[in-house]
Amino acid sequence: MTSLKPVLSKHWNEADSFTIAGYQRNGGYEGMKKALAMEPDAVIASVKDSGLRGRGGAGFPTGMKWSFIPQGDGKPHYLVVNADESEPGTCKDMPLLLANPHSLVEGMIIASYAIRANHAFVYIRGEVTHVIRRMQQAVADAYAAGYLGKNINGKGYDLDLIVHVGAGAYICGEETALLDSLEGFRGQPRLRPPFPAIAGLYACPTVVNNVESIASVPSIFTHGVEWFQSMGTEKSKGFTLYSLSGHVKRPGQYEAPLGITLRELLDMSGGMREGHTIKFWTPGGSSTPIFTAEHLDVPLDYEGVGAAGSMLGTKALQIFDETTCVVRAVLRWTEFYKHESCGKCTPCREGTWWLVQILKDLENGVGKAEDLEKLLDLCDNILGRSFCALGDGATSPITSSIQYFRDEYLAHLSAGKCPFDPVASTLFVGARA
Amino acid sequence: MKDEALLAQMDSIIARYPKSRSAIMPLLHLVQASEGFVTPEGVELVAKKLDLATAEVAAVATFYSQYKRRPVGDYHVGVCTNTLCAVMGGDAIFSGLKDHLGIGNDERTSDGKVSLEHIECNAACDYAPVVMVNWEFFDNQTVESAKELVDKLRSGNPPAPTRGPKTLPTWKENSAVLAGISDGRANEGVQAGPASLAGLEIAHERGEA
Ligand SMILES: Cc1cc2nc3c(=O)[nH]c(=O)nc-3n(C[C@H](O)[C@H](O)[C@H](O)COP(=O)(O)O)c2cc1C
Ligand code: SF4
Ligand code: FES
Repeated sequence: MTSLKPVLSKHWNEADSFTIAGYQRNGGYEGMKKALAMEPDAVIASVKDSGLRGRGGAGFPTGMKWSFIPQGDGKPHYLVVNADESEPGTCKDMPLLLANPHSLVEGMIIASYAIRANHAFVYIRGEVTHVIRRMQQAVADAYAAGYLGKNINGKGYDLDLIVHVGAGAYICGEETALLDSLEGFRGQPRLRPPFPAIAGLYACPTVVNNVESIASVPSIFTHGVEWFQSMGTEKSKGFTLYSLSGHVKRPGQYEAPLGITLRELLDMSGGMREGHTIKFWTPGGSSTPIFTAEHLDVPLDYEGVGAAGSMLGTKALQIFDETTCVVRAVLRWTEFYKHESCGKCTPCREGTWWLVQILKDLENGVGKAEDLEKLLDLCDNILGRSFCALGDGATSPITSSIQYFRDEYLAHLSAGKCPFDPVASTLFVGARA
Repeated sequence: MKDEALLAQMDSIIARYPKSRSAIMPLLHLVQASEGFVTPEGVELVAKKLDLATAEVAAVATFYSQYKRRPVGDYHVGVCTNTLCAVMGGDAIFSGLKDHLGIGNDERTSDGKVSLEHIECNAACDYAPVVMVNWEFFDNQTVESAKELVDKLRSGNPPAPTRGPKTLPTWKENSAVLAGISDGRANEGVQAGPASLAGLEIAHERGEA
């Protein structure tokens, strides 16, 4: 039985948790002080040893990513934090920045120091004004406290932190599209290699990390590498934010060691809404293949979810009960990918358009049984042939839903329409005239 | 739109970046703060400031959905109709508001007060169904609450966001914040909403925090 472990969220119930005073009252900026007293390489080694892996989706080891930055190359180095948070279902970084922006600022100072960067950026999606205010204020207060700017904490290290605001484009969460956007271009992915560690922002060595990854770093220095390693599973160390949403009694943020199961999370949070049962769920956002009730005991770590045929992704657990039409859900996600496709490559630009056409017919009950094979065939031609992972992600809900719910697709055809009542899946069932 | 204050703000934004072209996005937000949307004159001004062709600036402006090419209302209402919100009531809210306001997607009421748009997942799924006004959170909406919300917006009585400042800024005011101009309101409002605290509260009940 895994228990909860609030670390990042530990003080979110204090009214001033987002202020520098509130943060420092609870030990904020102590990790930075410890890290700045170490050699940068030793900082990287500690993060490597902790086992921290990226919380933005792919789970790449954070310390290893930092160690790829060439040293003594005479070029400026950059840290860029990815706060674009737009993967459907993902809703952890924004509440984190609203309640505790200084944990990110502190983590950014440590990370920048380690990779010898004197400029760091945080790229925040533009549709969250109050989160942006909080982040801007935290940065201003950190400058005033001498934690940013010249000669930080008297250690002879300089760092400027720039808050950059996006303007509504999911693709800008993809790290190379983000860099193009930050350079002032349309946000379209770049060919890799070269990887950002070699030629990132302004063609200089750059680390791109997720908000939660970087915000987790200070705790490694305040509590120690061993403390971090003591949580989680063999290859997925530490704690993380799981986001529960959908037809559950108590949606919200649940911080726990990696490897907890959805059954455990549901048990402690009161389960599904009254009188309903779980039908399907995403383990890590809409780009990760869906799961069903069969998967309630899958350990929610990188290996466990991977072995069960999906991906841990962003730990965005979107949970749907038996009132929800899976075809409707998949169609809506697919419309999202079509809308957000940046248009750079043909499989994704054209493919997502066709996927939507076919799914619409199926949802309306006017498709044909052969359409399912056509969908799978299209997915086969998009997956692995797209320029970036957006195209791959677009196929996940389709292939996984056909795998688990083929009969439901067919039921639309025999009924000649969607057999579900959309009102039944709303939260205000019965409240409508 | 070439008043001195605006030009000075543009210079201070450009000065933040190691390379000036990186300032293009905040400058476009600033144009919206001044003009309400990205006007052709705004595009020209940004191009001039950054020493770019207007076509280069226009190419960027048209890529991002938050840059508007037509005026929006003082209060721009976004209803999340991505899957989770849609299923839990977002679709009903969106169609309810269209009927109630008599406008469609991407349209504005004739009094210029309110515009409507269906939006994608806004990173608030634990507060579904979600409505945003000028990109401030209005969590846990119903068809009725959303109609009441837009009525208040039209009558000049804007309610406070659930997780945001104490009063609701206008579209132009919030565009300035997105451009990086502080309005001094970061300390207003809650630090966290109820859903953000769900796990922490349960951890306390279970003696795990
Ligand atoms: C379409 C697409 C959208 C993405 N959106 C985000 C995002 O919003 N936030 C994020 O941290 N990573 C996002 N990623 C992953 C990033 O490309 C990158 O892997 C991540 O920021 C690395 O950080 P990490 O190593 O700390 O996880 C996205 C990837 C793709 C393909
Ligand atoms: S896969 Fe889609 S989003 Fe990615 S580069 Fe191709 S068109 Fe753009
Ligand atoms: S689906 Fe509406 S906020 Fe995520």
